[in-house]
Amino acid sequence: MKELFRLEDKKILITGASAGIGRSIASNCAKVGAKVSVTARNKVRLHETLKLMQQNDDHSMHIADLGDEEDIISLAKDLPELDGIVLNAGIVKTVPVKFIKKDTLEDIFKANIYGSILLVKHLLKLKKVKNNCSICFISSVASNKMTLGNSLYSATKGAVNSFTRSLALELASKQIRVNAILPGMVETDILKDSAISQENLNSHLKNYPIGRFGKPEDIAYLAIYMLSDASAFMTGSLVTIDGGYSIK
Amino acid sequence: MEENFIDLLKEVFEIDEVKFEDTFRDYETWDSLTNISLIAMLDDEYEIIIDTKDFSNIITVRELYEEVIKRKA
Repeated sequence: MKELFRLEDKKILITGASAGIGRSIASNCAKVGAKVSVTARNKVRLHETLKLMQQNDDHSMHIADLGDEEDIISLAKDLPELDGIVLNAGIVKTVPVKFIKKDTLEDIFKANIYGSILLVKHLLKLKKVKNNCSICFISSVASNKMTLGNSLYSATKGAVNSFTRSLALELASKQIRVNAILPGMVETDILKDSAISQENLNSHLKNYPIGRFGKPEDIAYLAIYMLSDASAFMTGSLVTIDGGYSIK
Repeated sequence: MEENFIDLLKEVFEIDEVKFEDTFRDYETWDSLTNISLIAMLDDEYEIIIDTKDFSNIITVRELYEEVIKRKA
């Protein structure tokens, strides 16, 4: 039974692994036996992630900007055949619709959905996605629960949800499973770069029946389940994990 | 710069007149959306993020303008 939830010798790719949820998924996957490839743009911070997983030499890091298709192709070529893929890279941008600029629109769509789609496309084309592979997108409850000023972020995550389900249909015959995790608020550095203030966060906490925001590892444990053989019958699922935020 | 700043605030608050001595939280259109709009505008136009504590001490349009100048310097 215990083995079901382990990732022994599975080769797993994690994007956006230089911080927050991605970093936690990487280090926790390593703990349960996976051979992890991590990717991100920031070399220094990505190296920190790698150091968290230094219990063996099976892990590797790859610097790549998923906004650049050439980077995506060379990343895909560098990678081994994969048993699991976590598409976690993304950014947050709070901007009311009236103030949206085309550049901002392109930046957030590139970061949150284009890069993931193109990476999956090239991995499939290069036959780096093994049959029985599990692909896990990190979406957000923001795809269903709306908050002021976050239309762009919500729109990108809505796109992630639809792509997840469509890809699941396309790959099911190869026993490749595709699911998405929809976290509520998770305390990570991504918040520091947004216009969300501590005051806003404190008042937002009242919307969480369980009485706290998520921790990166809360999300990592669900990702491990989705990557493991324990979830062999799960595909096309959008799984909310939000401390009860969306109950209300 | 001054004129441009005033024009941006007019756009944020959807009002025809903005003066330096105004207390911007007293504008009829001040609410959570214009609050977010103001923060997004400062980030977008001037690449500055003012944290809540500092922001709560800024009362007038002039103080906001001076904060922008100070952070851009």
